[in-house]
Amino acid sequence: MMQLERTTRAERDAGRKALVPFFTAGYPSEDAFLDLVRAAADAGCRTVEVGIPFSDPVADGPLIQASSLAALRAGMTLRRALALTARATAATGVGAVVMSYVNPVLRFGVAEFAAAARDAGVVGVILPDVPHEEAAPLRGPLAAAGLPLIELVAPTTGRDRAARIAADARGFLYLVALAGVTGAAADPAAHAAELVDRARAATDLPCYVGFGVSDPEGARRVVRDADGVIVGSALVRLLLAAPHQMAGVQDVAAFLQSLRAAISPPAPEVTS
Amino acid sequence: MRAPDPAVPGRFGPYGGRYVPETLMPGLIELESAFAAAWGDPGFRAELDALRRDYGGRPTPLFRARRFGAAHGGGAEVWLKREDLNHTGAHKINNSLGQALLARRMGKRRVVAETGAGQHGVATAAACALLGLECVVHMGEVDMARQAPNVARMRLLGARVVAAGSGSRTLKDATGEAIRDWVANVATTHYILGSTVGPHPYPTIVRELQAVIGDEARAQFLAATGRLPATVVACVGGGSNALGIFSGFIADAGVALVGVEAGGSSAGHSAALGRGTPGVLHGAYSYLLQDGDGQVAEAHSVAAGLDYPGVGPEHGHLKDTGRAVYDSVDDREALAAFHALCRLEGIIPALESSHALAWVARRQSQAPALAGPILVNLSGRGDKDLADLAPESGGGGA
Repeated sequence: MMQLERTTRAERDAGRKALVPFFTAGYPSEDAFLDLVRAAADAGCRTVEVGIPFSDPVADGPLIQASSLAALRAGMTLRRALALTARATAATGVGAVVMSYVNPVLRFGVAEFAAAARDAGVVGVILPDVPHEEAAPLRGPLAAAGLPLIELVAPTTGRDRAARIAADARGFLYLVALAGVTGAAADPAAHAAELVDRARAATDLPCYVGFGVSDPEGARRVVRDADGVIVGSALVRLLLAAPHQMAGVQDVAAFLQSLRAAISPPAPEVTS
Repeated sequence: MRAPDPAVPGRFGPYGGRYVPETLMPGLIELESAFAAAWGDPGFRAELDALRRDYGGRPTPLFRARRFGAAHGGGAEVWLKREDLNHTGAHKINNSLGQALLARRMGKRRVVAETGAGQHGVATAAACALLGLECVVHMGEVDMARQAPNVARMRLLGARVVAAGSGSRTLKDATGEAIRDWVANVATTHYILGSTVGPHPYPTIVRELQAVIGDEARAQFLAATGRLPATVVACVGGGSNALGIFSGFIADAGVALVGVEAGGSSAGHSAALGRGTPGVLHGAYSYLLQDGDGQVAEAHSVAAGLDYPGVGPEHGHLKDTGRAVYDSVDDREALAAFHALCRLEGIIPALESSHALAWVARRQSQAPALAGPILVNLSGRGDKDLADLAPESGGGGA
């Protein structure tokens, strides 16, 4: 079993819901990014999702597009993002799941990317524009470096298809809560229960829900069924709205604490 | 007369595939089977053929451009396939009519499209008006400014035109926005992609719907001359008019196929096949303009319809196998050919199609010139470009 899956299963077995924040590598700056990962660790996050900026992010809404563009303009690349991720994971001990559109990975070289990512403390990879049918040539080289390719199931995914996808899933199963791009305004909990039910019929992997989770109440409702929640656009919104980067980091830190409180059982718990 | 079906559905050699978010995969699979069923249904084909004839104006003429040929043909005959005479002014209506019929057959009442020059947007708006479908067209802000007449046409035809304001604010970004729209509305919406690009099955659907160009042209050429053209030339942006005419001749090994990309200017170019490298953009693996980190580069062309950093995957395969060759002409050459056709033939060509004419003029100025007859796909008319040109100057700015 790969490292990520040991972490996600252990967290579930301990009765904890997972909180996975998404940060765009290098946004709003490299130093602020490192502070954000520290804030995530302080909020009890065992895993963070690190977005690699891409020029044409078709699965992302305006907020993550804006963060991606800003990071690109500041010179962020896949190679630099991995170096930055290495610093973040070394400083905090959290595991990083890298989210990249496939083209920068192809350009880097799949096997080279897998090795470089492993060396940077990366524990899993999400390729949002690589569906199950196209995944085979990528899954092998990633697995050789100990990295699972995270599988996604959407509200449009039928039951049989979801079962096929879940059968190949490792680490955790990513349930896309709404048919749309990241950050869309909708009730993520509306589909979460059905998505989780469908997934549980096919796999015993931890199931995390993402896309459209924007507040503690939404997170709380999602984890009634799911094992974890992924939050991205709501964090970028705070960073964009803040008067300066330090304030943005503080706002995100407070928000992550409020999410953690919302998804934690009432009884006191031991955190690492 | 069709290109052989690839061994793996949706793959042309190594190119093609379906690189899209999972949310879209069920929709693409549904579309693949719906198109296969429709294309094999004589009733569907008969309805499309009737609309092509009675609404679109097919068959389009084959015309020998004698004065252009005498001036720029280097002694060879130059023939034009007059796709500019289609309803809405370009070959795009061939695809839009077929896909709008398909949308109705699939029970989708809403259509989304991207457009660069606006020709695909106008064709799609017209087809949707005809069939009573809601139509939303995404268009880059830069293109909305330089192709304003087409924006007005789309609105007259009842379409909502949505400005794409990210990135280069041209066709690439409009395509990204159309994909995002489709991701969010896939249950109710059909995406009428306008070129032989994007995820499988689009490159195949669009080629099949455009193949009418090559099928007609081949029969017309044989009827008019008793032989086949020696060379078939078309401009290539995403590549739909080129594949449309190439597909009629691809099995004729003696017919040379030439695709002409936009060489642009010192400001940049759009020659994905000539100067790009393979990668993934908008759902397909194909040639693409990108930097060393895999970020997609911004394209440039005086012709908005060619201003795209990617190209259809089947063209990548035709290039690699050598069945077609690809070259480029720059903005200045295209403008010169534009004016030449206006004055020598009384035909105002689209700036996109002018690239194909310009390649003929340049090639035939070189020794030895091609001797056999040359067939050019005149894919669209240039009315849309007039605001961009300075007619008195004879040269014009872009």
